[in-house]
Amino acid sequence: MFCCGVYGFITRKNMIAILISLELMLNAVDINFVVFNRFLFPGQMEGMFFTLFAIAIAAAETALAIAIIINIFRSNKDIDVREINKMKF
Amino acid sequence: MESVGSIIMYVVIALSIITFSVLAVTTRKILRAATYLLFTLFATAAMYFTLDYEFLGAVQIAVYAGGIVVLFVFSILLTSHPGDNSEKLASKRRDLGLLAAIAMLCVSGYSLVKQFLTFTDAVPAMNDVTMDKIGTSLLSTGYDGYLLPFEAISVLLLACIIGGIVVARKD
Repeated sequence: MFCCGVYGFITRKNMIAILISLELMLNAVDINFVVFNRFLFPGQMEGMFFTLFAIAIAAAETALAIAIIINIFRSNKDIDVREINKMKF
Repeated sequence: MESVGSIIMYVVIALSIITFSVLAVTTRKILRAATYLLFTLFATAAMYFTLDYEFLGAVQIAVYAGGIVVLFVFSILLTSHPGDNSEKLASKRRDLGLLAAIAMLCVSGYSLVKQFLTFTDAVPAMNDVTMDKIGTSLLSTGYDGYLLPFEAISVLLLACIIGGIVVARKD
């Protein structure tokens, strides 16, 4: 799943597709946290809380990124990452 | 020893996670990618439920499937014409992405296999994570307490709300 995220992150050109790949990667990491917490340290809850906070941060980050994307679309009429070079240099 | 039913359940969930995540990054229609992402998130929540983390599964469904996917679909419909395919990937970028993904898979798979060849196949017994315990340790300040990150998250969410409004408003 993480590998799929990496693949999508590199190959996609649409910004929203890149965000979807990012969510896939975050989820893969969350699963790893929870599984290791469950199997190796079953008495503690650190992995679970880390996953909770990761989910909250992912929600915040997605909302903000989508706001930025909509703003770019409004000024640019396109969300292809190759076209966003106006702010370079 | 685990029961056969739970093993079958695990295999079904893992296979659906893998299949839907591959589909989510390879499909050409962006709205379909969002739908496959939704299925992947549901399968992840099912995985949490089978690992006895009921609260985490509920949070996963509520926040991801309820909030984030709706945001995705909303912004997809705002920014692109539904039904048009994305253009075909340039083969160079595609090869680069595949290379990175496979290298990642090799490294993580190698380390996992090396570390956990003697992995116990029985899930160790766990004292129940009740709602009571979660709430108490979220709001306590001692060794097991998470009050500081809790407050930091709340400030972060507030900043995110204000930032989203400022960035996305019409000027």
